[in-house]
Amino acid sequence: MSNAISTAPGAAVGIKDSRETEKRKAALAWLTLPALFFFLVFAVIPLAGVLILSFASWDGIGAIGAAGMDNWFSVFADPGLYNALGLTFLIMIVSWLVQTPISLLLGVFTAGSQRYRAALAVLYFLPLLLSSAAVAIAFKALLDPNFGLATGLGLPFLAQDWLGVPHLALGLVIFVIAWQFVPFHTLIYQGGVRQIPKSLYEAAQIDGAGTIKQFFHITLPQLKYTIITSSTLMVVGSLTYFDLIFVLTGGGPGNSTRILALDMYLRGFRANLMGPASVIAVILVIIGLGLALFLQRLGGKDKQGSQLEGL
Amino acid sequence: MKQPQTSRRSFLALAALTPFAVAATSACGTSGPGASSGGGGASMWYLSGEPNQTTMQKAADAFSSANPNDKITVTYFQNDAYKTKIKTAIGAGQAPTIIYGWGGGGLKTYAEANQVEDLTSWFDQNPDLKKKFFPSVFGAATVNGKIYALPNQYVAPIVLFYNKELFAKAGVQPPKTWDDIMSLVKTFNGMGVAPFSLGGQSRWTSMMWLEYLLDRIGGPDVFKAIFEGKPNAWMDPAVIETGTKIQELVSADGFIKGFSSITADSNADQALLFTGKAAMMLHGSWTYGGMKKNGQNFVQDGKLGFVNFPTVAGGKGDPKNGVGNPASYMSISSKATDKEKESAKKFFKDGILTDTVIDAYINSGSVPIVNGIEDKLNGSPDKDFLNFVYGMAKNAPSFQQSWDQALSPTAAEALLNNIDQLFLKSITPQQFAENMNATLGK
Repeated sequence: MSNAISTAPGAAVGIKDSRETEKRKAALAWLTLPALFFFLVFAVIPLAGVLILSFASWDGIGAIGAAGMDNWFSVFADPGLYNALGLTFLIMIVSWLVQTPISLLLGVFTAGSQRYRAALAVLYFLPLLLSSAAVAIAFKALLDPNFGLATGLGLPFLAQDWLGVPHLALGLVIFVIAWQFVPFHTLIYQGGVRQIPKSLYEAAQIDGAGTIKQFFHITLPQLKYTIITSSTLMVVGSLTYFDLIFVLTGGGPGNSTRILALDMYLRGFRANLMGPASVIAVILVIIGLGLALFLQRLGGKDKQGSQLEGL
Repeated sequence: MKQPQTSRRSFLALAALTPFAVAATSACGTSGPGASSGGGGASMWYLSGEPNQTTMQKAADAFSSANPNDKITVTYFQNDAYKTKIKTAIGAGQAPTIIYGWGGGGLKTYAEANQVEDLTSWFDQNPDLKKKFFPSVFGAATVNGKIYALPNQYVAPIVLFYNKELFAKAGVQPPKTWDDIMSLVKTFNGMGVAPFSLGGQSRWTSMMWLEYLLDRIGGPDVFKAIFEGKPNAWMDPAVIETGTKIQELVSADGFIKGFSSITADSNADQALLFTGKAAMMLHGSWTYGGMKKNGQNFVQDGKLGFVNFPTVAGGKGDPKNGVGNPASYMSISSKATDKEKESAKKFFKDGILTDTVIDAYINSGSVPIVNGIEDKLNGSPDKDFLNFVYGMAKNAPSFQQSWDQALSPTAAEALLNNIDQLFLKSITPQQFAENMNATLGK
């Protein structure tokens, strides 16, 4: 909407009167109101509610009572919290390590102009269309040790107790997350690669750089901000992986895939302990904000600067 | 996940000033007097899945057409999703008029928060209705001496099922003692057949084993003490012995390989039994109907056997004791309007457990919780099984309600989590008892 206004006839054509610019700025500020309203109602107010609930005792049904610091003490004394925290970070880091190279390479590939590229790209993007719950149910059925893919195709090595052995279940969760989210990040990288000016590659070719050298010296550095964006989405997003794991393993076997977001849900809605669940929600918010800020810092102080200087 | 959709829809509907549509499609009919202006009628949430969904819909339709002023609107939800949704809805004051549940600890939470109607005096005014049911079913509907729910549907004890064909092939008899079980485990493993099918990922499936074992080892009083929250009730030596026996069975490959990857929702555990991949299965009596429907004449050809859970040498429990669900329950939301409450009570009296409904339950292989059905049971093609279940419901010296429903939701969630770890052998029986002991009184 703001675009439409700034390019309106007469607007762009040298308004030198500063008063008029200010008026326009005020008008634009009004346009943020709807978004601000939704942000307040659906983000800020619930966040305040969660913070208050973290100091309350509530079973979700009866009256809400004050609990002081009890919830905080009980959550921090619970080994379940550290298990969930550890798993959350483990899944976050391994997911990033698995997904980034794959989506980067796929993104570079799909941005090219090879034969069959378009057809393959459609296949790669297919998982993007499926809901997490559907993906989880499908994988669960495929991996059933007795009636799953292994029996159907006669591949005995696939007949593992995938969801029953802690480390297999964890590996499987990371794999399915990657299967589901790699297409999305591929799309981001594809867009990023297409933004790189052709002239850079032409110049490199004249200087005698091969495909691999071009990738490391042009594509990768030019994708710096794309990598940061994609990583931020991956890392912060991994804090909220919930639906997939909830349906796929339910946090089991034992507690071996019970990540923080799932721990929060199970405490709140299964065990009726809204207070401790709110404590975990607050911890999640703090970690998420911290990570997002840290990743923004990685972009460097000159992030407003162009990567295309001199072109 | 359904929540935002419903509330957006209700918001739009309210904006369009069509509250009647809202009352029909969602639960908002109970949220305030404005939603159901004038007329009676009651909303109800019920579980999806056949054959019960059709049975309930027919009962509601029949009642609604006979009583046009007391229309019953039923919305169906999948079991696990419902358990969470109803809690949230009640907490938010958006509950339907009729709240379906399992009695016990969950009902206690609602009753103590004054969210459900006290039906004691209503039952006193309708003594015939009260006499209609097995007396034992009122236990799980009673909180602090007051009745908060109408028992309904059927009794569902946990039964030890076995595959007669495999037993004949192995030349063995169904187990009568725990030692029999351990020797059958060896026999069937030797034949390349899994001794027991188990949908371990669902956790409550594993819990059924503990319920029976604890009863057979320590008698019904051990869990009674736990239920009453007596200090150190979980530290009873019988609990530790139960855990030890379970882990011995797991170590001896008693359960099918990969049992922790199998869920009960997909009915894969039943399929293992009727396809001959597993010889035995401890499961709710409701699986009988499922196996009859999906098992390709497995049940009809008389290949499905069923026995009481075996005894344990030196144990105190009577082998006739049962565990399971004594019934399911329906309560009335205290937030509903008086007219809605009246409609609901009328439906409770005349609409639920009519003769048609009773016949439908018997036809699907279940025993409704009403007196005087012996003739009907004997006339059914499933009479062996129905009489077995009926006998268990009527004659069991103790019929323990499923633990996860008897205990408070907080303790139940901890229980399921610890049972999962016990079966995985990631905690010892001692740790199991200690972890559970910490939940007493919560």
